[in-house]
Amino acid sequence: MTTISAGSRRLWRTSPLTYIALILAVLSSLYPLYYMFVIATRSNDAINDTPPPFTPAGAFGHNLGRALDNETANLLQGVINSILVSSVVTVSVVLTGSLAGFAFAKLRFRGRNALLLFVVGTMMVPTQLGIIPLWSLMQDFGWYDSLLAVTVPFMTSAFGVFMMRQYASSAVSDELIEAARIDGCSTWRVYWNVVLPALRPAAAVLGLLTFMQTWNEFVWPFAILSSENPTLQVSLATLSYAYYTDYSMVFAATAVGTVPLIVVFILFGRQIIGGIMEGAVKA
Amino acid sequence: MSLSATQAPPSRGAPHRHAQPKRHRFSTRLARIDLKYSPYLYIAPFFVLFAIFGFYPMVWTLWMSLHDWDLVGAHTFIGLDNYTALIKDEYFWNAVRNTFGMFFLATIPQLLLALFLANLLNRPLLRMRTFFRMAIFVPNVVSVAAVAIVFGMLFQRDFGVINWGLDLVGISPIDWRQERWSSWTAISVMVDWRWTGYNTLILLAGMQAIPRDLYEAAAIDGAGPWRQFWTVTLPMLRPTFIFVVILSTIGGLQLFVEPLIFNNGNILGGTQREFQTVQMYMFEKSIHNLSTAGYGAAVAWALFLMIVIVSVLNFLITRRSVK
Repeated sequence: MTTISAGSRRLWRTSPLTYIALILAVLSSLYPLYYMFVIATRSNDAINDTPPPFTPAGAFGHNLGRALDNETANLLQGVINSILVSSVVTVSVVLTGSLAGFAFAKLRFRGRNALLLFVVGTMMVPTQLGIIPLWSLMQDFGWYDSLLAVTVPFMTSAFGVFMMRQYASSAVSDELIEAARIDGCSTWRVYWNVVLPALRPAAAVLGLLTFMQTWNEFVWPFAILSSENPTLQVSLATLSYAYYTDYSMVFAATAVGTVPLIVVFILFGRQIIGGIMEGAVKA
Repeated sequence: MSLSATQAPPSRGAPHRHAQPKRHRFSTRLARIDLKYSPYLYIAPFFVLFAIFGFYPMVWTLWMSLHDWDLVGAHTFIGLDNYTALIKDEYFWNAVRNTFGMFFLATIPQLLLALFLANLLNRPLLRMRTFFRMAIFVPNVVSVAAVAIVFGMLFQRDFGVINWGLDLVGISPIDWRQERWSSWTAISVMVDWRWTGYNTLILLAGMQAIPRDLYEAAAIDGAGPWRQFWTVTLPMLRPTFIFVVILSTIGGLQLFVEPLIFNNGNILGGTQREFQTVQMYMFEKSIHNLSTAGYGAAVAWALFLMIVIVSVLNFLITRRSVK
């Protein structure tokens, strides 16, 4: 941060109005989430109360139990599937992203710039454009209602490649790679022993973003999975369509889908936000 | 790949500069091959997966859109018939109208608010800055399905919190799902809640990249905070702003989950299709009705074209007006 001279300090003083506006923004950001937890801990008839309930009560376990017992939604299966899919996709995106990012940043090969441009270009194309053929491709593969359908197509990402490439160009010095080469490292050894450890901070951010995004993915799983073998989001949708009058149960389930991400965000929010802001400036 | 094993050894006795043990020569050759070809191996996973799951379906969508294509039956080539039918399709234009209506209703307040909040967060002496940034960004962490479920409840007619709040200030309850304007408003609120914080951070990042001395100079010239915002921040922020606008456009025109869950999974978007979006119409015509997949594919390409056109327009307008 630049130091600010005493003269301009007065000019920059933050007025109370700034804080009031920011606190209002924070309250409206947090209220719907708080409301979700309040309803999730109450019996269903509390919904009709006026004024609406504003404090949590003790029925969360009961509501969650009803959500887990619900046979049409398969919530527990959804949680397990979501953990599985998100983990595999995250590890894969980080590995393929760092590998390709390393190649684009530090290795010399024919067509490097054109290929990189192509990767960036693919980020502009909306994924929904191919959703109908992708759906029928999955039928041909026999992947309908299979976790493979929501995992394999997302095991690499253009954003991941680009982000790792940007980071590798500045974070890994050419001298370090040369030194490893002289010591007799193959390119793979250079990647595994020198580059990957150096990329760790960016890899962590990419991993967190990928995990959250995969966990929250809705449209494609909704199209290709049934409620027999859902991801968490599909299970939530099933539950809310079929039981939209039983709010306390639906909200208990929604809370289960939301809590893990909020915990991750509280633990790593600083890094996540830093990564997003850095990505924005570089892009 | 043929390796050195098949080649004749260099003649003995000839003065050879690279007189090395055989093993070593083999490994340098291997190293050269490694240097030359391994980069392709490293970038291959992206290109292979993109080719199968990205590029191929995209081209296939175009091909499908030229057919009367039943996903489980016959495919008859009909040229541009799907597109001419699309132009006359009332439901399609209804979906276009809804999509753009909600896009404008959501995007404009959202970007103004994000700009305002980013400007507040950019005050150099602000306390608790990390807390504010995190709290404002939290909604973006929540899944869109969860958002839609919670807001669906907040926007209930009989016992929703929003109507209760409106009642306090003397406005009679609104049936949010009933009318075009009310459903558009409710859905736009969901979108704004989820994305304002994200856009705020991106704009803030852009603001922080502006050199501080520009502000110092403006301050010396007597410009107050408001004046500085107009004469320094906004013009310098142009590239970031274009980025945010284009991102919002791509997202906004693909609106799908919020209106879908808002109406409990009904793909028609309200009894009179009051809030059916183009993306929902595409689903209605393809995955919900396999026999009209070719027509659905035409809807998909029409949507893509709209996104491209609006992005280019955005780019031109933003570039001009902020200058």
